[in-house]
Amino acid sequence: MGQIQSSGSASASWEHFSHDADIGLVGIGPTKAEAFRQAGIALTAVVTDPVSVQAVTAVPIVCRAPSDELLLVEWLDALVYEMAVRSMLFGAFSVDIADGELRATAWGEQVDLERHEPAVEVKGATLTALQVSPTPGGGWRVQCVVDV
Amino acid sequence: MDPSSLIRKSENEWWITPVGGMRVPGVIYASERLVREMDEKVREQVSNVATLPGIQRASYAMPDAHWGYGFPIGGVAAFDPQEGGIVSAGGVGFDISCGVRTLHTGLTLDEVSSVKGRLATSLARSVPAGVGSHGRIHLDDAELDAMLRGGAQWAVKRAFGVAADLDVTEEHGCMPDARPEWVSSRARRRQQDEMGTLGSGNHYLEVQRVAEIYDTTTATAFGLRTDEVLVSIHCGSRGLGHQIGTEFLKEMAIAEGSFGIAIPDRELACAPVESELGRRYLGAMRAGINCALANRQIITHLVRQAFADELPAARLTLLYDVSHNTCKLEEHRLDRAPKPVFVHRKGATRALGPGHPDLPPAFSETGQPVLVGGTMGTASYVLVGTKDSERLSFSSSCHGAGRAMSRHEALRRWKGRQIVDELASRGIIVRSPSSRGVAEEAPGAYKDVGAVVEAADHVGLSRKVARLEPLICVKG
Repeated sequence: MGQIQSSGSASASWEHFSHDADIGLVGIGPTKAEAFRQAGIALTAVVTDPVSVQAVTAVPIVCRAPSDELLLVEWLDALVYEMAVRSMLFGAFSVDIADGELRATAWGEQVDLERHEPAVEVKGATLTALQVSPTPGGGWRVQCVVDV
Repeated sequence: MDPSSLIRKSENEWWITPVGGMRVPGVIYASERLVREMDEKVREQVSNVATLPGIQRASYAMPDAHWGYGFPIGGVAAFDPQEGGIVSAGGVGFDISCGVRTLHTGLTLDEVSSVKGRLATSLARSVPAGVGSHGRIHLDDAELDAMLRGGAQWAVKRAFGVAADLDVTEEHGCMPDARPEWVSSRARRRQQDEMGTLGSGNHYLEVQRVAEIYDTTTATAFGLRTDEVLVSIHCGSRGLGHQIGTEFLKEMAIAEGSFGIAIPDRELACAPVESELGRRYLGAMRAGINCALANRQIITHLVRQAFADELPAARLTLLYDVSHNTCKLEEHRLDRAPKPVFVHRKGATRALGPGHPDLPPAFSETGQPVLVGGTMGTASYVLVGTKDSERLSFSSSCHGAGRAMSRHEALRRWKGRQIVDELASRGIIVRSPSSRGVAEEAPGAYKDVGAVVEAADHVGLSRKVARLEPLICVKG
């Protein structure tokens, strides 16, 4: 695994890491919710440059899971689902997590082939390299591999 | 992978001795070079699969094996329900029943060359591909149910093909025991507008020429002649299959503790075949297989329309349709007697040998065509199933080249335009809505498919019949 591509401030950022056929996502933030938010941006970056996506439409997302790690999988899968059925890409997110429930809004727009040049569909999040853990500095780091 | 960590049984066969919780050995079929190119994770994943309850004989990796999730891609494993055998969503993969179908065109290279550009444009226009693309067919819930039960047979009834297509499609085009009622509303929603779409990533529609024949007798039986033009379609069950895969992976991960199965890694999440969850997954997964068969049948119809517009003399008849992401109940000879086992093939092609009772009559004497996809710049292969593959790998063989580097590394090395121009200079036309997608799928990002096929041929998983070279490649 190696850091391939990343973006964000010192305290909040996302990265991709190598996986033979698929792609690993990392979200880092001062809070768990921020790390999940960053993972959402990392997911979009698998498909296109997140900066190229305009915040035209807001899509509410709610998901629950019995553990933080499965909640990350649920969150990414929910975004994959909304991207697929709405033919949308998302560039901005707000995320709140409390009592095993994630409430979020994803802002984005319809896929524009010219502008977004979408590279690949994401099929879903896997349980590979799946982690949600506090960092020594008091922040959070979340990661998993998505199937493309 | 370090070959010294394996026991070499023959030139292309390597064993992992059972240790710890492994119930059976691991067996990797590959040349030394291919083993060295494999990620160390392949060894770990082959070993982990060997710990699962009810596994029979060995946990296998095909020559194109690479790091997957849970099971390696290129992994094969069979489980006996009578011995607590399991079924695993990760052992099938998210793209349920992804596979390849290859069609004859009845045309030679000379007859196609002059209209290649127009044909490429027409195919790209006819077959929706890439992120956000929708098919022209919208299925309501009742029609979705019929499709999930009927597969390619449903598609043929709806005039997306002819009955003869079904004679040379696995399961005669319809996977039995599919249970659409166990397919979630979200999976259904994802598929409503995705029928007849190619998808993205390594999926493709290619026009190819038969560049070389290795086995004249079998090639003749398959109707393959040098310089004949073929069409190959590589895709799967689209959003419906992805959604079934992701939902059951999570459900199996959550339920895993309740089955008392000790797994070395959560990503091996599974359920006993003889459990409510196991049965429910199998019913939904079989509906996913039917979705893939129907999807490839509809794409076939769209390809036929495009050819009819540009090359009216073309007669597109199906050579074969074979999936490489499935779990199927099959009879295999273990010890002395044949017994039913659930064979997971994740990125592995079924390769039934001559005389196998499940073969279509057209291939009962030869064995089935094994369709192995390459990259848009290299070659694809037609192989044939062998009698030996039953003993070697539960009648399985390789499925493609297998990635040699990550998408990011490919993107760092190549630009889409550069790949398209380079291939154009070699007479290969690429049509794709995404330049970045083309770069990520650069031929150089894949292993040498020739080496993969050589290893499969040498060890007897399947035998080479013909090499196909691309003329046109439509990618998502």
